[in-house]
Amino acid sequence: MSEQHNRLSVFKTYKLYVGGKFPRSESGRVYEVSDTKGNWLANAPLSSRKDARDAVVAARKAFGGWSGATAYNRGQVLYRVAEMLEGRREQFVREVADAEGLSKGKAAAVVDATIDRWVWYAGWTDKIAQVVGGANPVAGPYFNLSSPEPTGVVAVLAPQESSFLGLVSVVAPVIATGNTAVVVASERAPLPALSLGEVLATSDVPGGVVNVLSGRTAEIAAPLAAHQDVNAIDLAGADESLAKELEVAAADNLKRVLRPQPVDDWFATPGIDRMTAFLETKTVWHPTGALGASGSSY
Amino acid sequence: MPTTAPTAHALSDVTASDSSLRRFLHGLPGVDAVGLEARAAALGTRSIKTTAKAYAIDLAISMVDLTTLEGADTPGKVRALGAKAVHPDPTDRTTPATAAVCVYPDMVAVAKEAVAGSGVKVASVATAFPAGRAPLEVKLADVRAAVAAGADEIDMVIDRGAFLAGRYLKVYEEITAVKEACGTSARLKVIFETGELSTYDNIRRASWLGMLAGADFIKTSTGKVAVNATPANTLLMLEAVRDFRAATGVQVGVKPAGGIRTSKDAVKFLVLVNETAGEDWLDNHWFRFGASSLLNDLLMQRQKLATGRYSGPDYVTVD
Repeated sequence: MSEQHNRLSVFKTYKLYVGGKFPRSESGRVYEVSDTKGNWLANAPLSSRKDARDAVVAARKAFGGWSGATAYNRGQVLYRVAEMLEGRREQFVREVADAEGLSKGKAAAVVDATIDRWVWYAGWTDKIAQVVGGANPVAGPYFNLSSPEPTGVVAVLAPQESSFLGLVSVVAPVIATGNTAVVVASERAPLPALSLGEVLATSDVPGGVVNVLSGRTAEIAAPLAAHQDVNAIDLAGADESLAKELEVAAADNLKRVLRPQPVDDWFATPGIDRMTAFLETKTVWHPTGALGASGSSY
Repeated sequence: MPTTAPTAHALSDVTASDSSLRRFLHGLPGVDAVGLEARAAALGTRSIKTTAKAYAIDLAISMVDLTTLEGADTPGKVRALGAKAVHPDPTDRTTPATAAVCVYPDMVAVAKEAVAGSGVKVASVATAFPAGRAPLEVKLADVRAAVAAGADEIDMVIDRGAFLAGRYLKVYEEITAVKEACGTSARLKVIFETGELSTYDNIRRASWLGMLAGADFIKTSTGKVAVNATPANTLLMLEAVRDFRAATGVQVGVKPAGGIRTSKDAVKFLVLVNETAGEDWLDNHWFRFGASSLLNDLLMQRQKLATGRYSGPDYVTVD
């Protein structure tokens, strides 16, 4: 048919996700991302330390609102992320298949597991306090209560190999408990992470709660590890020598550091360790009040 | 660059009557608003790095009028502010002190005690700040009380109502009366509240009016309205002080106030000063920043330059 035009290709410009907006890298740099066979897929922003700085500022700004939201509300918002992911399932299947060299069927299984992981963590938001908090019996006229509190701004180096399931498995537990995150995407396969930013932007997650940077992990991680306003760092995506270097830099302001944990199977149920790694326990001594002559304080 | 300066001869009798003053002020060249904003924006793109940045940050710290102007100000808060003005970063004693603390008149005595012996000045807003809607006698009493309590500098507001109604001589006479009440001990800063003057032409007129009346400093705004110091209106005032010195030989200082929160902004203003008025104004005797949150950002940037690590709000005082 003569009416059938050859359309020009419309390529997607992948951008960072910082403070609820989609900026290019402050440095103006990009790098080529290719699939496992070496075919070019897209250009991704090559973030600089200033992008890392801006992301920390955005995460700090978002922390008050996000940590102050009720656990129930956070659960609703995270569930909404899963809903939005479901609507973009085809896109993520394609991106994961390209990024990890999987067949369509296997990539679909990865995406399904990823969506289920969001739902799993969404359910934990208002239950983690019952599991790791508690009312502690003490020998005195007091209540003693322990409650888990978010640590603050957490830098997350996403796993290098599992570009989507691995990514969500480290990001969701951080924000489920009320932290805000600066995420450094997989260096070789950042596209699913950058697309996740688009999902987060359309799913009630306040801007700045998750910030996604792409680029050289070592280059972005160094200023994050030394940053005085970052409270914790998850080194999942760092190799052994980089992890050591970052842990030294992180010691300066006593950041919580989660060392790289070997994960054989991202599909396995993760347990609550990644949530408790970025929780602090607040203990409150609460006087019961003086006992009256009748023996009752009420 | 063409100057807007009238000759000294022309200035000798412009304040003789309301009509001659109006004729003079309305005879000033109109402001090219587009050109002014474009120039301010262009100068804001200068890249200031490394040693120049370190110099600019220290200079900016030394130019801060550390300000607290809240109804909830307590003596304790003013004392804390005084301590911060003297040693902005207690962990690094090479940090310069700020220029002054700026408080309400009833807090001058407290502030004076807090900064005693340090060289930090005490500035006080007066004349029914921020509205300026009070009888002249009340305004003068306000000024005299602040000066008697030991204020080194008085920040007065002009009567914007009279200015906008075209009663320039009333504004002029009010400024000269306040100047007289300041005596020889206090320098006078005249606040125009540029956000309420509507046009750039009015800002230029107000600048000349204030300088003719004997202001030691001209200041953009109170910090209490929606639009405060902007690069464009500060550039305009810097041109005015440059031209006033060319015409009369008298140097007048400039103080942008309100809305300057980041080091980057502060450095942009310093570029404006250097490129417009010149090096003579790059000194806290002639240029000030009216600010409160700016100082913390300057300190964080200073720590970054010293250590190479980004700092955070946990490492500066909350105020």
